[in-house]
Amino acid sequence: MEPKLLSEAIAQAISERFPDEVKEIREFRGQVSVTVRKERVKEILTYLRSTPQFSFNHLQDVTGVDYLGRKALRFEVVYHLFSISHRHSIRIKAEVGQDDPSIDSVVDIWQGANWPERECYDLMGIRFNGHPDLRRVLLPEDWEGHPLRKDYPLKSDLGERDWKGFKEVVATAQRNRQYEIREVQ
Amino acid sequence: MAGVEDKEIKTRELTINMGPQHPATHGVLRVVLELDGETVLKCTPYVGYLHRGTEKLGENRTYLQALPLTDRLDYISSMCNNIGYCVATEKLFGVEVPERAKYIRTIMAELTRISSHMIGVATHILDIGATTPFLYMFREREWIMDLFEMTCGARLTVSYPRIGGVRNDVSQEFIDSVYEFTEQFPKRIEEYETLIDENRIWLQRTKGIGVISAEEAINWGLTGPTLRGSGVSYDLRKFAPYDAYDKVEFDVPIGKNGDVYDRYKCRMEELRQSNRIIKQCVEQLPRGPVMAPDAPRYTLPPKDRILQDMESMIRQFVLITKGPLAAPEGELYVATEAPKGELGYYFVSDGTGRPYRMRLRSPSFVHVSLLPKLCEGAMIADVIANIGTIDIVLGEVDR
Repeated sequence: MEPKLLSEAIAQAISERFPDEVKEIREFRGQVSVTVRKERVKEILTYLRSTPQFSFNHLQDVTGVDYLGRKALRFEVVYHLFSISHRHSIRIKAEVGQDDPSIDSVVDIWQGANWPERECYDLMGIRFNGHPDLRRVLLPEDWEGHPLRKDYPLKSDLGERDWKGFKEVVATAQRNRQYEIREVQ
Repeated sequence: MAGVEDKEIKTRELTINMGPQHPATHGVLRVVLELDGETVLKCTPYVGYLHRGTEKLGENRTYLQALPLTDRLDYISSMCNNIGYCVATEKLFGVEVPERAKYIRTIMAELTRISSHMIGVATHILDIGATTPFLYMFREREWIMDLFEMTCGARLTVSYPRIGGVRNDVSQEFIDSVYEFTEQFPKRIEEYETLIDENRIWLQRTKGIGVISAEEAINWGLTGPTLRGSGVSYDLRKFAPYDAYDKVEFDVPIGKNGDVYDRYKCRMEELRQSNRIIKQCVEQLPRGPVMAPDAPRYTLPPKDRILQDMESMIRQFVLITKGPLAAPEGELYVATEAPKGELGYYFVSDGTGRPYRMRLRSPSFVHVSLLPKLCEGAMIADVIANIGTIDIVLGEVDR
């Protein structure tokens, strides 16, 4: 087995290789996260994937976090990387602003990023440039808004009866009433 | 016959819709297939029919209240989802779990793995055409369900593990029954294998079908037995041991060819290994408490204490109304080995009693995205085999 590196050492290596890109390195409960600018995030991730001493071949997860009103740049796209051959891990966070919520897709590095990126677009509204098939995945195609954003309400102001979908169901039920079979008296 | 030869036979590509209500899709999965004869040209899976917004709900609940939501993800292995949630939150809060609780959780997780693998394999075989193994496997699954019922009253949505331990101690009756199970189960596995392993139809339908190489499997983010069937020995029970996995001996079975048959073999071998783990846990089960001493700040007191003891009632009232003590500020990703693969919880805590962001990384979601790769270019009958082999549960895909 290849030697395991400490997450701190990996974070150090990233900040030496990309000094202008790394904004912050943080540690919590033994897990290290590296916050970077979004412009060259794909380059950083390619570097981590292809350098033999890191070889982060397993992308555990891609997700987004909305820091509405808490941070200058509203969103963060979070990549959890793990190396099956070396058994070390690191978390890369790329900051994405509200005005242009988009970032480069990493599907050509890890195919497994395909659906998680689609989900992030669907629920958080972050576009992934260069993604082969960026469509909504969990919600219907005509859904409005992105539910995991913090300004998306948990419950609508409208009551159940005022909701568009409910009205449609009632209208369909009324229309179908003509086909009802009535018992002959 | 001459007349037929003279006529020009027109052929065209056909688009068919499989699901969302289809017995072989293991839930509400819709697959749109473009066919040329019996060959699949294009396969597009559509999911989301069971989307309940678990992540959004979790962000609006306290750490205590979000636990039962995890039952509803992979609803046939809810114990493992609960354990994953508890392991993650315990790491966030910095709670140390007592030994006995760790062993009980390991027993429960492995019983769940057995039951989940048996459902996975049984329905997979049923889809391909063999009814008998299904009935045999459900007989043993019923035993496991009874064991769960004996301990916590619920069979499916258990919510038995708690932050800091488990809800209540197991009874002697439970331990005896589990031991009896581990004694009998290896014989039962042999029984299943005599029904399946050398069945010619089964072999023809599975060998060399849905092949995926080790490199590709890692690149596609596969985990669990679906990855191990391709020969990659990635198991979080070995890589990042939690609960009592570092105190028991077991092997991680891997396949060679990465086809449907090897993945089936991996699951069957894992049944044996899980049985081995349970047996060791029952033999080593230490005495002691089942809840961490500092856990009162995070978990509810037992119901009988609430009715008799003033302190417990106050504690319950505070926990229900205000939620548990504020979690330390920070973020962490903790993954555990669920029966389907790597189940990850990513928490961003802002220092309050509710998670600022709760993210669920479910193995099935990533596995569904592999379906086009497995099916395109294959025969339409293999679509069924491929859906069965990635062993998905739609509650976990849609969350």
